[in-house]
Amino acid sequence: MLGYVLRRIAIMIPTLIVISIITFIIIQLPPGDFLSSYAASLRAQGEVIDEAEIRVMRERYGLNQPIYVQYGKWIKGIVTRGDWGQSMSLQRPVKDLIWQRMTLSMVLSVVSLLVGWFIAIPLGVYSATHQYSPLDYIVTFISFMGIGTPSFLLGLVVMFVAMNYMGLNVGGLFSDQFILAPWSWAKVVDLLKHLWIPVSILAFNGTAGGLRTTRANLLDELNKPYVETAYAKGLTERRVIWKYPVRVALNPFFSTVGWELANLISGATLLSIVLNLQTEGPMLLNALTAQDMYLAGSFLFLLSVMTVVGTLLSDILLAWVDPRIRMT
Amino acid sequence: MNNSDLLLQMKDLKTYFFLDEGTVKAVDGADLEIKACSTLGVVGESGCGKSVAARSIMRIVAKGGRIVNGEIMFHQRLRDPETGSRSSNLVDVLDLAALNPHGEKIRSIRGAEISMVFQEPMTSLSPVHTIGNQIGEVVSLHQKLDSKQAREKAIDMLDRVGMPLPQRTIDRYPHELSGGMRQRAMIAMALSCHPSLLIADEPTTALDVTTEAQILTLMRQLQEELGMSIMFITHNLGVIAQMADRVAVMYLGKVVEDASVEDLFYKPLHPYTQALLQSIPRLGAKKDRNQRLASIRGSVPDPYNLPRGCPFHPRCARRLDICDKEEPPLVKVDTGHQVRCVLYK
Amino acid sequence: MTNQPQAAQTNQPRIALDEEARVGERIAVATPATLMWWKFRKHKLAVISSIFLIFMYLLAIFCEFVSPYLPDDTSALYKSAPPSKIRMIDADGNFRRPFVYGTDLSRDPETLRAIYTENQEVIYPIKFFTQGPTYEFWGLWETDMHLFGVAVLPDIPQEEQPRVMVLGADRIGRDVFTMTVYGARISLSIGLIGVFISLGVGIIIGGISGFYGGIIDNLIQRIIEFIRSIPQIPLWMALSAALPLEWPVLRVYFAISLILSLVGWTNMARVVRGRFLAMREEDFVLSARLTGSSEGRIILVHMVPSFLSHIIASLTLAVPYMILSETSLSFIGLGLRAPAISWGVLLAEAQNVRSIALTPWVFWPAVAVISTVLAFNFLGDGMRDAADPYAR
Repeated sequence: MLGYVLRRIAIMIPTLIVISIITFIIIQLPPGDFLSSYAASLRAQGEVIDEAEIRVMRERYGLNQPIYVQYGKWIKGIVTRGDWGQSMSLQRPVKDLIWQRMTLSMVLSVVSLLVGWFIAIPLGVYSATHQYSPLDYIVTFISFMGIGTPSFLLGLVVMFVAMNYMGLNVGGLFSDQFILAPWSWAKVVDLLKHLWIPVSILAFNGTAGGLRTTRANLLDELNKPYVETAYAKGLTERRVIWKYPVRVALNPFFSTVGWELANLISGATLLSIVLNLQTEGPMLLNALTAQDMYLAGSFLFLLSVMTVVGTLLSDILLAWVDPRIRMT
Repeated sequence: MNNSDLLLQMKDLKTYFFLDEGTVKAVDGADLEIKACSTLGVVGESGCGKSVAARSIMRIVAKGGRIVNGEIMFHQRLRDPETGSRSSNLVDVLDLAALNPHGEKIRSIRGAEISMVFQEPMTSLSPVHTIGNQIGEVVSLHQKLDSKQAREKAIDMLDRVGMPLPQRTIDRYPHELSGGMRQRAMIAMALSCHPSLLIADEPTTALDVTTEAQILTLMRQLQEELGMSIMFITHNLGVIAQMADRVAVMYLGKVVEDASVEDLFYKPLHPYTQALLQSIPRLGAKKDRNQRLASIRGSVPDPYNLPRGCPFHPRCARRLDICDKEEPPLVKVDTGHQVRCVLYK
Repeated sequence: MTNQPQAAQTNQPRIALDEEARVGERIAVATPATLMWWKFRKHKLAVISSIFLIFMYLLAIFCEFVSPYLPDDTSALYKSAPPSKIRMIDADGNFRRPFVYGTDLSRDPETLRAIYTENQEVIYPIKFFTQGPTYEFWGLWETDMHLFGVAVLPDIPQEEQPRVMVLGADRIGRDVFTMTVYGARISLSIGLIGVFISLGVGIIIGGISGFYGGIIDNLIQRIIEFIRSIPQIPLWMALSAALPLEWPVLRVYFAISLILSLVGWTNMARVVRGRFLAMREEDFVLSARLTGSSEGRIILVHMVPSFLSHIIASLTLAVPYMILSETSLSFIGLGLRAPAISWGVLLAEAQNVRSIALTPWVFWPAVAVISTVLAFNFLGDGMRDAADPYAR
């Protein structure tokens, strides 16, 4: 088992290196750089820009160097000093900007994942064991709604309902007085008060997918001979179902944690833009449009790292719960 | 027949499956008797209802299936839970067919009084639980043992079924064992509570021939040790000859012939039984190159659309005019030899 | 023994065998399709969905004709007007053909909100196949024929013409119905184009991966893993942020569908590879190989037909995903931008708290998105069930 984990981690390192290169290239794709788009926006406001000044700044940020030198500097900074570069649009080091937002993103995604499962598994089991019952149809229909409605649209709907019927503005993750306040117990409570809205929206989407998976897998497993064996032992129906087929049917859950997480991150990015949450979404969007490459690149890279680590965790979990995997 | 050694009696059992496509009469009026400490062989082609009959006894008929008629009288005897030895004193006669299939009563019988070994040792064990977990579960459920005692009991049972290194095998997963080993584990699990009846549903079909012989020997040996009855379901007449005391031949949900194993092989009465016996390849028959192996003409009819009268008449070599009109009764030809055919009326 | 006489001997029966084989083949080819159709028909939701989708695509194809106005026709009379009430019975209780009343615009003295009241003096009958604004049908010929609308009054500027707004109007008086129908053209087609690009790339790469296996397979799988480990929306955001703002609509449109299929092909490749791997072990492939069929023949004649239905089902399930993605990207301003009209662009324009509260009807494109995506999902579900007609 330990060997398996170590081997997986060893594979992960080159993956991360390749991903960091890919993200850096993607960030460099837009024509021009931050300074040219910055200059353009200043010019649009009617200001006069000194070309020489731009050149000096370009030199300072190293934007005139070849791309591989920039990449090398960036990676070296991250690995040796934990320095993710400078955000050019916000004039602050990237590392001061990203961590709180990434942590909130992670909390949002992981909590949504867990809440989604917590609802999806029992409902999926019910749906499969009571196939074609009225509740099964209702559950199936709702799960299709969940798959069909993207989180950002659901966010709009929730905002609409909260606005029109409850007089609430549901945007944001904190009340105004806490946004800039240092972390305190009161701030955590305030966060929880706001967090449930995006969590329930994201969990609704996650539940829908999870429910379909549970139901389909369990329907397959219920016909397997070992279920009959379990019945023949004299176990109660509940015990038979939860100990045997459900247990086997849940394996794919663990194997999909990785990309489920990636999906959630995607959904959360959009949702946080709509609801203006203090997570990575809005800042990534701004960084991308302003060509603030280190900020955007760091976000993109960290989001990928989250997925890669999630996949690793899911593989380890799967090996832990399914003895058949451990063998190979 | 002496009532005192009767263990299980199935009378006019009908188990139907109600599906979208129609009703399948999987078991349609079957009568069976199993005596204490003996082996009843049940033979028939696939789809003749033998497995459904067995599952009806356990009350684990698959979704859509229901017992619509008949009774399954189970003669429960007092027994010592430690050794499993039974006195001849009758405790109770239960009609299994009348029990609630999800109820507590039938669950206390399943796995304890009647247990079952299935055809596919590969898929009949849970792939994600250890052997010990799956055996210990039965023991602790029915004998109220704690986990340590249950584990000891499981090791003991694995030892008795001839599992090498039982202390180690107990923590293995099914995929780490060979087919024969898995079937031994299945048998250990089925016998761990010393049932009075073991239903073996084609337990050796999926095994190779040498393993099959080992498992059959093991089952006979354990039958003697534990004093249980076996209902042995198979389509292999050779295995029947080796294992059974009495044989019931089933065709399309009915028992068409019921006889001692000697009578069945030497004096088969029903045309179906006769045809079955003729379709066994015989040693030496190859010399006569022109003689082809006899086969029963036609195939099992569409289960949604059974023939009228005797279900076998479309394929029968000795058909009479009334065969497609009248359902033949069960005729008692000899002591302990019954046949469902108008030829013997 | 020589081969010659034997060949001559077997010549005659072989023709008969071929005949038999051809008959058998016809049954074998026809039967699964029929079986699939029977099975598909049982999935009621899928059947309803396919009818709905055909309807939507017809709307998209004939959007200029179906919609009564042009998407950028503003109106001074109908700014933020609610959906027109179409009536059959007038104020005097007379039954007549469908019509709308004229509208009177007044303002709430406190909030200055526009209030629309029906003017029951003026009746504008709704006409079918009527004249409206001129457009070029499919860029082929000019016409002013529209499916429905109210008669154009002479001598009145276009801004002040009476209108029928089935789904209401936005804040500059554009018809929401017209815009939604025009949006369907881009939103519905971008999904299809994206899926077909994905399919092409996916089948080729997945097929290579699955058929040859070994190092090639390993390499391709690694690449797919790299691409998939970057969360899609952020990846798409980064890529579409790279599109120059000054690009024309059409080029952006194709660029966006390319970006969407950049991730989409990995899904298709996985499906194809999985099928290839499973099928390589099948007996019929082995027997085809033993009879000396070439690799190409084995793939095209034996393998592809047997998983085609699965591919079609996966395709159907991929389309809604593409539609959603385009909508999402355009919604946050990184995909298509006005003057292009897609459901995402329309939603992006609608998105602000004021319009949520005051003119909820501008969110009709959202209804269109959700119902289309749902319909595709149901359809795909039904197709997946039908794809394997032998499974129970």
